[in-house]
Amino acid sequence: MDRSTSLKRILMVIFACFALSACATGKKAGSGQMQGDVYTGNDTVEYLATGVKDRVFFATNKSTLTTASRDTLRKQAAWMRKNKDLSVTVEGHADERGTREYNLALGERRANAVKDYLMTYGISGNRISVISYGKERPVNSGSTPLAWSQNRRSVTIK
Amino acid sequence: MKCLKDKMRKLFLTILCFFIFNNNVLALIQVDITRGNLEPLPIAVSPFHVESGSVEIKHSDKTIKNIGAEIAKVIEVNFRRSGLFNPLKKDSFVQKPDIAHAKPRFEDWRLIKAQALVTGKISVSEDKLRAEFRLWDVVAAKEMVALAFSTTPDNWRRVAHIISDKIYNRLTGEDGYFDTRIIYVAETGEKTQRYKRLAIMDQDGANVKYLTLGNELVLTPRFSPTNQLVTYLSYFRNMPRVYLLDIETGMQEVVGDFPGMTFAPRFSPDGKKIIMSFAKDGNSDIYTMNLETRVVEKITDHSSIDTSPSYSPDGKYITFNSDRSGLQQIYVMRSDGTNIKRITFGKGLYGTPVWSPRGDLIAFTKVHKNRFYIGVMRPDGTGERLLTENFYQEAPSWSPNGRVLIFYRETKSDSQGKGFSAKLWSIDLTGYNERQIETETDGSDPSWSSILSK
Repeated sequence: MDRSTSLKRILMVIFACFALSACATGKKAGSGQMQGDVYTGNDTVEYLATGVKDRVFFATNKSTLTTASRDTLRKQAAWMRKNKDLSVTVEGHADERGTREYNLALGERRANAVKDYLMTYGISGNRISVISYGKERPVNSGSTPLAWSQNRRSVTIK
Repeated sequence: MKCLKDKMRKLFLTILCFFIFNNNVLALIQVDITRGNLEPLPIAVSPFHVESGSVEIKHSDKTIKNIGAEIAKVIEVNFRRSGLFNPLKKDSFVQKPDIAHAKPRFEDWRLIKAQALVTGKISVSEDKLRAEFRLWDVVAAKEMVALAFSTTPDNWRRVAHIISDKIYNRLTGEDGYFDTRIIYVAETGEKTQRYKRLAIMDQDGANVKYLTLGNELVLTPRFSPTNQLVTYLSYFRNMPRVYLLDIETGMQEVVGDFPGMTFAPRFSPDGKKIIMSFAKDGNSDIYTMNLETRVVEKITDHSSIDTSPSYSPDGKYITFNSDRSGLQQIYVMRSDGTNIKRITFGKGLYGTPVWSPRGDLIAFTKVHKNRFYIGVMRPDGTGERLLTENFYQEAPSWSPNGRVLIFYRETKSDSQGKGFSAKLWSIDLTGYNERQIETETDGSDPSWSSILSK
């Protein structure tokens, strides 16, 4: 516990430095919230329960789960194990920078990446349904790399 | 839906007489269709003479004041939009419509630099509209085509489109595409929560009808070869599935019984099958379903995303996009799924391939350095030509004569969604004559019908 808090502190310091350096180099305030092109901030995130984030983010055209995503999903799995009657829907989304039909498939692939991971942590597949919205339901209306990174997501819904 | 049904019922249009068509007339005027709109042909479309005793046409609530002028206007707009013709201003016309129709004074029309002249006359009774037109070669002082049609009065715009097609065909040697419809998705509302409805309109944007109410998300409608059926993706009950809609009866049904999302549907060229993708466990493959026998066939079997399938016009091949190479690229295979070959090797991503109705080209969307292009290439991947570049545009659909592509384009927006729009555009195969198609609302996913009056 101690170790993880101190790790968190270190990460926060690193993050702050990164944000500051981003400001110093004249970049937009939000650009510090991305690692590569995966969104790492919390602006759009909602919580399924205390400390249980509802969504994970993806790189362009990818459905690979990042370390942070896996952490979020393990917490989701723990939460689902605690609430045994709960079923969830995992929505897969893409940004607006791909063709519509490909994005539908990509959203489905992302949602399934999440489903598979939850299943490896003991959640039965029949408690998880998936749906892809492709690029149809962005959370951020903007046409910027930051907005796109927030829209490349899978959201777990109670 | 009722109104549309009536419309569709009245599609019959009888060609009454074909009174002069002399193939031996050596036409001196010719439209060069290989170069686009560099030198559009000057053409005079005289207002059609309305015969005495004609009644006024009531169109929904409106009365059409001068049907003769209105028909000429529809023809002119078609010609101007094609980029191949330059319709001349009416105030320079010196001959009265009825006199010109009987026998034009060619020197008068030459004076205003017209090379071709269209004249016509109409008579309208309560239940019948009769229209005839003549196309004149002003330079050679000869008649080129003369035809007459009769139909119900509320079909008057279609008469104008059919006349446009006849003239286009006579002057270019190619089939026209004016007597056609576009099905598309009408969009309204916030960018994060768009309402989408299926909409159908004439090729020139007139006669818009909405086919769904907007209660569920609908995407990617496509016509059957006979234009009577539409296949599309609907999120009805939050289950994204391919549907079939009969636009005559309004009947809808799910295509097949798939335990997951089906999407990206199109008809086979004979109209008997629907080809589409089915996504299962994160993997999308291409399937067909025979609409008569209901037999489902799996066409591709690969752990990558295979989607956006489109048949060649002879039905022997299928083009589709797949990310099996790691990135989205275009492939061609036999219609049974064998002999899969990648055809795109250029820089960037390639998607949404659609086979030209002529069979000689595949149109596609290309994404390179965050810019979107609509282009064409030969089915073996050679001869790539990019026709238009923009911030975002995709999903080309061919006019039935394989001459024009329609697609949609979205604009950049700020974080409040301001500045966002989705509009329908068309461009000539030559890369010239890029035009927006005006729609009442925003629009996307356009799909062109085949010629209605075949």
